Amino acid sequence: MHSDLIHFIFGRLTLDAIPYHEPILVATFAGVAVGGLAMFVAITYFKLWGYLWRDWFTSVDHKKIGIMYMVLGTVMLLRGFSDAIMMRIQQAIAFNGSAGYLPPEHYDQIFTAHGVIMIFFVAMPMVVGLMNIVMPMQIGARDVAFPFLNNFSFWMTVAGALLVMLSLFIGEFARTGWLAYPPLSGIAYSPDEGVDYYIWALQVAGVGTLLSGVNMVVTIIKMRAPGMTLMKMPIFCWTSLCTNVLIVAAFPVLTAVLVLLSLDRYAGTNFFTNDLGGNAMMYVNLIWIWGHPEVYILILPAFGIFSEVVSTFCGKQLFGYASMVYATVVITILSYLVWLHHFFTMGSGASVNSFFGITTMIISIPTGAKMFNWLFTMYRGRIRFEVPMLWAVGFMFTFVIGGMTGVLLAVPPADFVLHNSLFLIAHFHNVIIGGVLFGLFAGINYWFPKSTGFKLDPFWGKVSFWFWLSGFWVAFTPLYVLGLMGVTRRLNHFDDPSLQIWFQIAAAGAALIFLGIIAFLVQIYVSIRDRNSARLRDTTGDPWNGRTLEWSTSSPPPDYNFAFTPVVHDIDAWDDMKRRGYQRPLDGYKAIHMPKNTGTGVILGALSVGLAFGLIWYMWWLAALSFFLMLATAIGHTFIYKRDFYIPAEDVIETEAKRTALLAGQV
Amino acid sequence: MSDTHTNTATAGTPEFYVMEEHHPEGSTMLGFWLYLMSDCLIFAVLFATYGVVGRNYAAGPSPKDLFELPLVAVNTSMLLLSSITYGFAMLEMEKGRKGTVLVWLAITGLFGAAFLGIELYEFGNLIREGAGPTRSAFLSSFFTLVGTHGLHVTFGIVWLITLMVQVGKFGLTEANVRRLSCLSLFWHFLDVVWIGVFTFVYLMGVLR
Repeated sequence: MHSDLIHFIFGRLTLDAIPYHEPILVATFAGVAVGGLAMFVAITYFKLWGYLWRDWFTSVDHKKIGIMYMVLGTVMLLRGFSDAIMMRIQQAIAFNGSAGYLPPEHYDQIFTAHGVIMIFFVAMPMVVGLMNIVMPMQIGARDVAFPFLNNFSFWMTVAGALLVMLSLFIGEFARTGWLAYPPLSGIAYSPDEGVDYYIWALQVAGVGTLLSGVNMVVTIIKMRAPGMTLMKMPIFCWTSLCTNVLIVAAFPVLTAVLVLLSLDRYAGTNFFTNDLGGNAMMYVNLIWIWGHPEVYILILPAFGIFSEVVSTFCGKQLFGYASMVYATVVITILSYLVWLHHFFTMGSGASVNSFFGITTMIISIPTGAKMFNWLFTMYRGRIRFEVPMLWAVGFMFTFVIGGMTGVLLAVPPADFVLHNSLFLIAHFHNVIIGGVLFGLFAGINYWFPKSTGFKLDPFWGKVSFWFWLSGFWVAFTPLYVLGLMGVTRRLNHFDDPSLQIWFQIAAAGAALIFLGIIAFLVQIYVSIRDRNSARLRDTTGDPWNGRTLEWSTSSPPPDYNFAFTPVVHDIDAWDDMKRRGYQRPLDGYKAIHMPKNTGTGVILGALSVGLAFGLIWYMWWLAALSFFLMLATAIGHTFIYKRDFYIPAEDVIETEAKRTALLAGQV
Repeated sequence: MSDTHTNTATAGTPEFYVMEEHHPEGSTMLGFWLYLMSDCLIFAVLFATYGVVGRNYAAGPSPKDLFELPLVAVNTSMLLLSSITYGFAMLEMEKGRKGTVLVWLAITGLFGAAFLGIELYEFGNLIREGAGPTRSAFLSSFFTLVGTHGLHVTFGIVWLITLMVQVGKFGLTEANVRRLSCLSLFWHFLDVVWIGVFTFVYLMGVLR
């Protein structure tokens, strides 16, 4: 009777699930616990909880939500990179009979977590974060279309990240690889909670991503400043639009396929099982119908960032604006027609493989067009090699090579040889690090002064850039070599001693990247320390001589972004305004209509962690309770009709007068 | 203060600011429509899954053995009628008659509940006959597709009741009219999906 009660309360969660016998995890836990406690004490000591709650957690301001996304992405980058360097060290030493220091069941969790974290909880939050910060200002809007939904989406993403982090200390994470192919991920072969952590982390975060996608599409369609036709939008807005269309059209597929997998695991259905008519390849097809658009969801905003950066730091309008837009749209459409190239070896036959091989190669055409647009923008431009521009040039060099190895993999016969090899690993890191990550760093360095009012320190930015660039090549060139020699991915240890030197070089590359990350953190620290120096402080709101509307307002922008909505006449609206002698209005301010903050998003996010945790550990009472509380909270929220307020005209006058004074001091 | 700032500017300098309060048009309907399209993709995946594994009977029963078309026809008519009555509610809403809106909404909810009841009865019968979702991939995909639709209807009824309370309490305000329009889209969308289920799963299932 007693054990029944315990079982009812804790489901399958027992003390054995706490990994106190794993020294690595105990040390990590101690680190996280001490760090977390120190932060908690510090926040309490400085009485910051109220400030954080009022001004940040419950904020519906797109700029603050964007910054919170960036913080989440940075924190998770540290976790994802720890996984990476652990794998590199393991593979560098597990030779000549040595088993290395990571047992296989732990190593398998690490490479799964690395992939999941880097894609879902580093790249996605950062991409969504930059879109949040920048896009509404670029279209001259005061917020996104659905500000509450934006806050809710953020907290669902946090909830997903939290679940992945929980799996480190309570139970295990999946050992299946980042896409959790069945039948391995089915209940027969993965009976423990790892895959369930995976499923529910992605489902919870996926709700946030999908809703944020809807939100951004509507924002771009409906809330552009007067005069800004679609073909006058900044390129970053175009790529954001296409990315969010992809999110709305791809994430439901992920949701559905994960639901089917969870039904197999929880309800005993037979979608992907080996018997009773199940079809595991259906999972692989469906997950890549989401998965391929997903890589374009990540890379298109990066293309947008590079377009803004190149155009600004070359002092020219982007070369071939229209072709850039068409290329983006063509990539958006084609990204749905290539998913099968992820599993040419499935055995679909020559015709099907040819079709998908050819569509894959066709994607390189619009992408190549983009590359030439950036190069021709640089041609005869007055190039300023500020940090964002360095990232852009490093990207062009790196990404072209990653793209070419991708075209190579798109040839089905070549893919039969290279499939699942380290060549593939090198290829996709080449485009994701060289494309998405470099783009994010370019964007962070470029828009940081807009968000905070001071620039990031250029010296440490350059240190970070060179370590990342060199580290990337030292870490991944050996993997190309190893892949061509036939070494497959996800191996825990090796027999052939002649391979070891390549893994040691790769580990050295990871160490260089580590220095790049440290330099980035130092860059942030130094910049915050020196934020009031004339070197870093931005009093004009336009530190780079920018070309788009976000630079027309102050840094950091007021809550309402623009006291008066701008009117757009040309591409690069702000550059147009500067050239044609715009006058900043100094009177006539009116009260501004704004959305009110709400704590509902935080509450729903927290409850969804409870729901997921209950489902993962079979604590059905917790799952049911959390679900009904979520429902009640959501319904309760709909009874709040008054969700807006007016910033009084006096406040606007005061804020704008300060800016006038600041601008006058500048001249 | 004049309407625009440019009255004093020369002809060469166009106006760069809207001096009046700028009101972007409402975007809730577009947002909700986009959400519906993403929901539609979930159903697309479930239909595709049914298309792929819908004939994997694993030596178990096939649609011909299981489906009772007369029952499904009654069920279908419940949902179609509920769509019509929701339409009546919307017409009354246009005329601003709160009382009749609530009556039609209540009738819609009852039709929806009847639909769910019949569906649960059908599911119960199947499971009792040993044709539950675990029997074969065909039955897994059948229960998931039809069940997901049923869950949507359940959610729609919860939403409908919430809205009835809100309309009753606060009247046909602008916000409530917008919400009724969203639920209307949702409700009709479920109807359209059901037409697909009825045709693709039941009618064509019995034919083969």
